Amino acid sequence: MSCAALSDMAAKTGPKGPKVMEQRGGRGRLNRTAVLAAAVVILFLASVLLGSYTVTVPDFFTIVGNHLTGGPKIPGASFIVMENKLPRAVVGTLIGIAFGLAGALFQTMLRNPLASPDVIGISSGASAAAVVAIVVFGASGAAVSGAALVGALAVAVLIYAISRGAGRTGRGSAAGNRLVLAGVGTAAALQAVVSFLMTRADIRTAADALVWLNGSLNSANWDRAGILFLALAALVPATGLIAGPLRVLELGDDAAAGLGVRVNTARLALVVTAVSLAAVATAAAGPVSFVAFLAGPIGRRFTRKASLPASAMVGALIVLAADYFAANLAPLLLGGTVLPVGVVTGALGAPFLLWLLVTANRKDA
Amino acid sequence: MPDVAVLQARDLTLTYHQRCVVDGLSVRIPEGMVTMIVGANACGKSTLLRGLSRLLKPAGGTVTLDGKDIHSRPARELARTLGLLPQHPSAPDGITVRDLVGRGRYPHQGFFRSWSDKDDAAVQRALEATGTAGLAGRDVDELSGGQRQRAWIAMALAQETDVLLLDEPTTYLDLAHQVEVLDLVTDLNRKRGTTVAIVLHDLNLAARYADHVIAMKDGAVAALGSPEDVVTEDLVREVFGLESRVIPDPVSGTPLILPIGRHHATANELELVS
Repeated sequence: MSCAALSDMAAKTGPKGPKVMEQRGGRGRLNRTAVLAAAVVILFLASVLLGSYTVTVPDFFTIVGNHLTGGPKIPGASFIVMENKLPRAVVGTLIGIAFGLAGALFQTMLRNPLASPDVIGISSGASAAAVVAIVVFGASGAAVSGAALVGALAVAVLIYAISRGAGRTGRGSAAGNRLVLAGVGTAAALQAVVSFLMTRADIRTAADALVWLNGSLNSANWDRAGILFLALAALVPATGLIAGPLRVLELGDDAAAGLGVRVNTARLALVVTAVSLAAVATAAAGPVSFVAFLAGPIGRRFTRKASLPASAMVGALIVLAADYFAANLAPLLLGGTVLPVGVVTGALGAPFLLWLLVTANRKDA
Repeated sequence: MPDVAVLQARDLTLTYHQRCVVDGLSVRIPEGMVTMIVGANACGKSTLLRGLSRLLKPAGGTVTLDGKDIHSRPARELARTLGLLPQHPSAPDGITVRDLVGRGRYPHQGFFRSWSDKDDAAVQRALEATGTAGLAGRDVDELSGGQRQRAWIAMALAQETDVLLLDEPTTYLDLAHQVEVLDLVTDLNRKRGTTVAIVLHDLNLAARYADHVIAMKDGAVAALGSPEDVVTEDLVREVFGLESRVIPDPVSGTPLILPIGRHHATANELELVS
């Protein structure tokens, strides 16, 4: 089942509301994407203003304004907002956008909801490289991020090569399915590498590695936010450029070629962009699990249409909401334990998948 | 019919996995006509269509459209003249008919030319020509097989090309829908002068709907010409290895093939073929 059932599920679970949408996406989708964007803004503000340390709205503007103009700081509050909460929310939003776009690009291109970077081994590549850097080379900070980036890209090249080498017979979705299989296999091998290294590592090093592996915004800072912002400033427009060919590539390789898309070139551009998005996000905050996997399907359910902007917004929403829960609500429930954001998104992922399956089956019956 | 495009293959050699499927084939798709490409399974007819439509890069020889090599032209520009409906196309989940048809306008758009009224008009024409205007808001996966195929043909129509290639467009359709699809393609040819080439399995329908038949065997052209000239008992024996009687189709006057197997034939017929 899995692949076929999932893609079938994705087809069946979309709410069959009134079909009033017009060509070019239509007003309905635009409004719903705008609703998602508004929700991101609200959640962003909530995560900065509320929580274990609450800041009033006027104070917030005073803090940010004074920070920019070099005015007087509010003792305590300025530091917490400018050095902790604000960079944390910015990094969370940016990695959410990056994961959401990366997942939607892969899922749309390969026409398979399983084909998100966290399932097909891109995140595993980043994790394995980061754990090697931490455990074997004693790296920390930017070096770990760099290793993660290289690991993600290396795995992408590897699974691309395996799926191309596995046979040139493939037409249409066969090529996509081979990529998913190659990725799942590679992910399994890399998980073994990670497990092996963790058993060999010193307990404190292992703890460091584990925090990173879970995906966490705890080490978010302005440097990281700046690098992420620059990366997205290049990758988001790139995504916009390939969105057109992607819409045609969705019809299958042959139909796309008939419509004047250079299939191999377009696919390579898509893979490079999507992998880069996933890699920079993973490098910044670790493999925050299931964000890339969930953003596309949720965005599609909400806007009733495959939409890259909606996936980006949903990605940001998931990360912000999960981090708010992990940092502010989980300690109340768990007697003070602050969870890494990846634990919460991971816990969300599995039930969502099951829920999708259950509702899909009901519609079938 | 002014400046209709001419599609021509010269010494075309096409290979799959180093295996030669089409070898040194030269053929011309006559402009403004409906051409049917027929032949036994694995005779290279679908491969030829892929070669003619740039899905397969030739190992030797050339394919030219209006005298220019199709592989030396920008892909999008070519797609404004040459359209292709592949075998078993499959639509992405949750896409509406109008959205699918709209994607046929891709070659007419560019980085700086986004969706225009011209595109809207082309989509509407394609929907109306294929009788899918009433289905425009429906999801493609909700449609019946025949409706779905019409939606895909509408997509290819919205591309507004002078030449349209179709790879087995009637597969998996019942007889009524097969006839419907072929009628539709004939309308397109008669009303717009579109050059149409179709790979078709059903020899009788091919003989009825073709202006021009290309019969292939082992990657080469076995015969070509009008259906009356090409579709004969000798050709059916040569190309399909099948004994048959060919009589004038009482409905259309075109050749009608009556296959003769080992069973269910009169003793007289069996005597004649043995």
